[in-house]
Amino acid sequence: MNQEWPIWEIFIRSKNGLEHRHCGSLHAADAEMAIQNARDVYTRRQEGVSIWVVESKEITASNPAKNGEMFEPAADKVYRHPTFYELPDEIKHM
Amino acid sequence: MLQEKLYDYLLHLGDNSMILGQRLGELCGHGPELETDIALTNISLDLFGQVRNYFQAAAEIKGEGATEDSTAMLRYENEYRNTYLVEQPNTDFAHVIVRQFFFDVYHQLVLRELQSSKNDTLVAIANKSIKEVDYHVEFSSTWMKRLGDGTDESHSKMQEAVNTLWRYSMELFKPTDTELWAAETGVGPDLEKLKSAYLETVKEVLAEANLTIHEDTVFQYGAKTGMHSENMGFILAEFQYMQRAYPNMKW
Repeated sequence: MNQEWPIWEIFIRSKNGLEHRHCGSLHAADAEMAIQNARDVYTRRQEGVSIWVVESKEITASNPAKNGEMFEPAADKVYRHPTFYELPDEIKHM
Repeated sequence: MLQEKLYDYLLHLGDNSMILGQRLGELCGHGPELETDIALTNISLDLFGQVRNYFQAAAEIKGEGATEDSTAMLRYENEYRNTYLVEQPNTDFAHVIVRQFFFDVYHQLVLRELQSSKNDTLVAIANKSIKEVDYHVEFSSTWMKRLGDGTDESHSKMQEAVNTLWRYSMELFKPTDTELWAAETGVGPDLEKLKSAYLETVKEVLAEANLTIHEDTVFQYGAKTGMHSENMGFILAEFQYMQRAYPNMKW
């Protein structure tokens, strides 16, 4: 029997941040403990105002072995970036 | 005279937090899990932060070059005003959690009362500390339930810790002369009046945790007036070593 606590992925939203960002992982026996542990491990220097926790096993990840077919075909399709427009001088912040 | 009483009352408040903080500090690097280790030392640091505030105020009253550090480090054992509960050893994680829980519930009740103290310094300290202690209560209560109502082994360890530590709980509510003075002058709470709220909260959590207290417990009193248990000398030996061996040494 595996006696280790499961791993949880921790997402923190900072004071000025709009979205929760992944900041690391930790061990906890249940979701409530994961929140408390995340509070103590990841927000003790005022890093956040909101915490999400997700058990790592609940995350489905893409397969690194298939990175070729997944991501490389996008490499030579520069026309998908909106970089071919001529911007008028009056527009400053693009 | 009044200032002497206030000085002693500040020691009552500060010493409980300091000795418990020291006990938790002993666990630094020895917690059962990395995350729990950090949580317990965070609580220790919260407590020491509160102690600094109490002892800065105490040192100001005392004068004669006293500082927060001399107040913390340079008293004799019988001059410490903490209770038996907080000097109990870190026997195992169950004892650490039960000791913490029994103290946190008391601590929260006292700080809530201090928020309307007639002494402005105590109001300021209580307003700053109450949020920290609200979290301590949440932390220790969830661990009480998780372990008390956990496996057979965790339950029996928790029940043993409750059996050992409950006898030190009622000292928290038995006022010394100084605490009576504080209650009469509106500086501090009337401890006897907090007892029923304490018992209600503790029994509620214990019931959820599937733990019981013995109704015929013989309670221990005396630490607050300086008659400490044998643990205290060992705590102070470690705590005071540097200042005693190298007087006036600075970090």
